[in-house]
Amino acid sequence: MTPSLRLRPYLSFFRLRFLGGMQYRVAALAGILTQFAWGAMNLLLYTAFYEADPTAFPMDFAQISVYVWFNQAFLTMFMLWFLDADIFAAIRDGNVAYELVRPLDLYRMWFVKNLATRTARVVLRCLPILVVAAFLPAPYGLTLPVSFGAFLLFLLTMVLALVLVVACCMLIYIVTFYTMNPLGVRIIATSMGEFLCGAIVPIPFMPDGLRRVIELTPFGAMQNLPFRIYSGHLSGAEMWRGILLQVFWIATLILIGRLLMAHALRRVAVQGG
Amino acid sequence: MIELSHLHKTFRVARRNAGMGEAVRALFRREYTEIHALDDISFRIGDGEMVGYIGPNGAGKSSTIKVMSGILTPDSGSCVIDGCVPWRDRRAHVANIGVVFGQRSQLWWDVPVIDSFDLIRDIYRVEAHQYRADLDELCDLLELGEILRTPTRQLSLGQRMRCEIAASLIHRPRILFLDEPTIGLDAVSKLAVRDFIRRINRERGTTVILTTHDMQDIEALTERIILIGRGKILLDGALDALKAKHSALRRIAVCFAPGTTSPAARPLPQGIALLSADEGRAEFGVDTALHSVSSAIECLTRDIDVRDLSVTGQSTDELVISLYEEFRI
Repeated sequence: MTPSLRLRPYLSFFRLRFLGGMQYRVAALAGILTQFAWGAMNLLLYTAFYEADPTAFPMDFAQISVYVWFNQAFLTMFMLWFLDADIFAAIRDGNVAYELVRPLDLYRMWFVKNLATRTARVVLRCLPILVVAAFLPAPYGLTLPVSFGAFLLFLLTMVLALVLVVACCMLIYIVTFYTMNPLGVRIIATSMGEFLCGAIVPIPFMPDGLRRVIELTPFGAMQNLPFRIYSGHLSGAEMWRGILLQVFWIATLILIGRLLMAHALRRVAVQGG
Repeated sequence: MIELSHLHKTFRVARRNAGMGEAVRALFRREYTEIHALDDISFRIGDGEMVGYIGPNGAGKSSTIKVMSGILTPDSGSCVIDGCVPWRDRRAHVANIGVVFGQRSQLWWDVPVIDSFDLIRDIYRVEAHQYRADLDELCDLLELGEILRTPTRQLSLGQRMRCEIAASLIHRPRILFLDEPTIGLDAVSKLAVRDFIRRINRERGTTVILTTHDMQDIEALTERIILIGRGKILLDGALDALKAKHSALRRIAVCFAPGTTSPAARPLPQGIALLSADEGRAEFGVDTALHSVSSAIECLTRDIDVRDLSVTGQSTDELVISLYEEFRI
């Protein structure tokens, strides 16, 4: 079988999901407005801190602006709590039976679905935010990347971060095979994960000890990495170490996910008659 | 060729009594009951056969189907289907089977049915020309036509079920598992679905395994039935032979001119029992071991102004109920 034929089902899933995600135009508009307001509020807050004591600030103000706007623009791509309700429902009521009678790899299928929903949402939302942010006066606006090389690495780490976030979400889905109720895991993922990956406060703002630990975890390799590479806040050896960790965590989480899923499917019953 | 031997599967089910106190106690000490969903199941089904798999709710029908379609791993025993062990070679195996779970849907809810079909085509990597030809044929036989362009959520149950069955045949499976395919359908849809299943079995030689509670399905479709109860195979045989063996009983219904003497009014010999009597109509059960049908008719119609008369055997429904009683399930 040629690779294109082997990948065809997954591409079809991607297409269907992507088109489905593009349908929610009003939701996208509302999201854009919210994210503008949120980004502006964030920047006001950082301005207050900055004016109080610029020397205690771990980033340049322009760098924090880039971070805040990227955070808002790519929210639907990286937020950990953006999980697929269909998958939880399928596990709970047993509709997963239909997905299992397909000659497909369930892990890969769900992975692709999640990638598709996230990209579809972000395609609709990111451009307006990025364009407007680019026209904001310095230091509140979006600047150009520090170098072309940094920009390429930014793109690479963006893609890797997306894959890592989805690999992390996959673990949440798979755990639901055992717990049946997704609520507990979801709440932990929402609150802890969001904080740890730097979606609320950028990781460099955290206390030194905590920061060093987080940077070793998968959470430190998510949006933290590309956003800081773009603005030049992260470069050199520290950056390469981050990218290496990112690749390491992707491989590890996918491996754990696949093992856990294989075990779940062997052991856990499909619910319902 | 499907071959199951000595399959076992046990589920642990947490049980507790109703009430707050019980719920609190269950936090610390759970009581589990073991349910033997499959208890030494063995049978063999040849290529092109059409088999009815029947039994009351909770008998283990769906569990068997799940094992055979590779989504449930049994505790012990073996199951080999066309050389594959379903749960071990799941992906290779499921490419050759089609499954319809009557209570679930495989069609995507929001999009027109045809989009779901296209996706299924891609999932099974069906060639474009074969897909077009098959789709035309399926649409024709199941009268899908305009339905194809309607979103699944707006279909009636009968329309949806026809689409579900078509969807499970797009990749030309060699084996088709139908888990309650006619559940909730009206008479017309049921007939259409049955007709179609028969055709697929005859023309494509598809092996069909059907679970149902609808005895007309069984009667219309299958020659062989397997009866399962409490996880055990109770009976495996030809439907006709079973009926012949179990139905020594005949029903004789006599319609007579109103106002004249009713056959129900006379004393009845042993072996003939009155089942129901209305104005102008009476129905009797006759044990053919004691009376031949002709002598029973003779006895029941003497001096009666008969307008109509019918003799019927035991219906499959009654047969199954008497089987359930016989096996105490």
